[in-house]
Amino acid sequence: MLKRAVLLLAPWFAIVAAWYAIAYSGFVNEALIPTPLAVATRFWELLTQARLPLDIWMSTQRVFLGVAAGITLAVPVGFVLGWYRQIRSFIDPLINFFRALPPIALIPLVVVYFGIGEFAKVVILFYASFFAGVIVMYEGIAQISPIYVRVAKTLGATDWEIFRKVIIPLTVPHMLTALRVALGVAWATLVASELIAAQQGLGALIQNASSFFQLDIIYVGIICIGFIALAMDIAIRAFTRRLVSWQDRIA
Amino acid sequence: MKRPARISFENVALEFPGKNGPVKVVDNVSYEIGNGEFVSIIGPSGCGKTTMMNMVAGFLQPTSGRVLVDGKPVKGPGPDRGVIFQEYGVFPWLTVRENIAFGLTLSASKKPKAERDEICNRYMKLMGLGDFADAYPKMLSGGMRQRLAIARAYAVKPQFLLMDEPFGALDAQTRAHMQDLLLQALQTEGKTVMLITHSVEEAVYMSSRIVVMTARPTRIREIIEVPFSYPRDPSLHEDPLFGQLRSRVRSLVMREYAAQARQTHETTD
Repeated sequence: MLKRAVLLLAPWFAIVAAWYAIAYSGFVNEALIPTPLAVATRFWELLTQARLPLDIWMSTQRVFLGVAAGITLAVPVGFVLGWYRQIRSFIDPLINFFRALPPIALIPLVVVYFGIGEFAKVVILFYASFFAGVIVMYEGIAQISPIYVRVAKTLGATDWEIFRKVIIPLTVPHMLTALRVALGVAWATLVASELIAAQQGLGALIQNASSFFQLDIIYVGIICIGFIALAMDIAIRAFTRRLVSWQDRIA
Repeated sequence: MKRPARISFENVALEFPGKNGPVKVVDNVSYEIGNGEFVSIIGPSGCGKTTMMNMVAGFLQPTSGRVLVDGKPVKGPGPDRGVIFQEYGVFPWLTVRENIAFGLTLSASKKPKAERDEICNRYMKLMGLGDFADAYPKMLSGGMRQRLAIARAYAVKPQFLLMDEPFGALDAQTRAHMQDLLLQALQTEGKTVMLITHSVEEAVYMSSRIVVMTARPTRIREIIEVPFSYPRDPSLHEDPLFGQLRSRVRSLVMREYAAQARQTHETTD
């Protein structure tokens, strides 16, 4: 137990140590590298006295809405594409075309069509999480072994029973993976989405700080995004383990 | 008086679409399987024996001729014909008990909960899975997974058991044990069985008749009656008559393997 905790924390300590080492090494201008302690102090200050809780709340809310909408659409679309090979061969190039477009490049268009309110920011996150989720979904579905459907047929299952009792249980693990990937991508896209006239949010915090060259605040914003994304991923994985404990895993 | 056939092939041929036109896989097969028979289909791998089983199971339709089950052409898969696959096909998201009960929750053979439990318990016992009722298949060995697949097929009371290399993925000891277990189960509840195998030993040990198929496009090469009565005992393997029969079937099958090798050689030249 103790060994596990040490192993878990060791890489984080290593990063902090390396950070200090670089800050004090003299190779880089000290003004360009705030120390971990300075960043931690600034974090505490922002958390207790200023805007940080609201920033976290706004960003989390946007990511949540964007991912919820993206996954809600990605699951049925990914399912159809994964299940029907013919449809997939037509739609696949389209998906990959749109997937490759960086959300940041779409911002001007999103502003034109959706304005600069909350909706526009969520649209960007929706876009990013939909395409990430849909690919994971359909690749997963396409790899489902047809033997389970054949077995169900020999036991007398109707098409509807096959869908309900075979396809859906086999789809659940892929839905959860799609959700995980979409959440990761959405957090990664957050700063871009908050380029759209955001007053609050971790992305807005970072951008404001950058205008005033407040490097410590930029670090605070980045680290917050990383940790919130990590916490969500851990939560989904724990949930996945409970929900699909039947899955055979190598590790 | 001739007993009515349960499964019949009437001039059955089947072609698959290929790059250079249709490829004939099954060529004019006529054969009948009677009630309670255990028929093994043996032949070189890739010859089309699985295709024959798939037509009875209802996964494939013959290009010409008819496949009849109890006098009616096969339209599709159904719970009257239990199918056992080499790769088990047990549902990984269901426990052992839930796997066995699966067919009994479907509209085709729906049973109330109490009866389902009773049926599950019976077949778990028959297949030696009683201690694993609530385990997921990932906890089970290959032999146990196949026992589970058999129990699940048995639960819906099929009249036929169609098996495609069911023990092919198992080690020799497990395989021998499975053969005896299946023979025992058949003693308890008789079925008409069609077994696809390329183990000569298995075919002779288990079946009442062996159909040796030719290389592709497959035809019936020879039909061999197996004279031993049921129940069969592992000591049968030592019987001189068993040895003779095994040699005879083996040499027939080997000749077809050789024919197939020549074919492949010609087509690649």
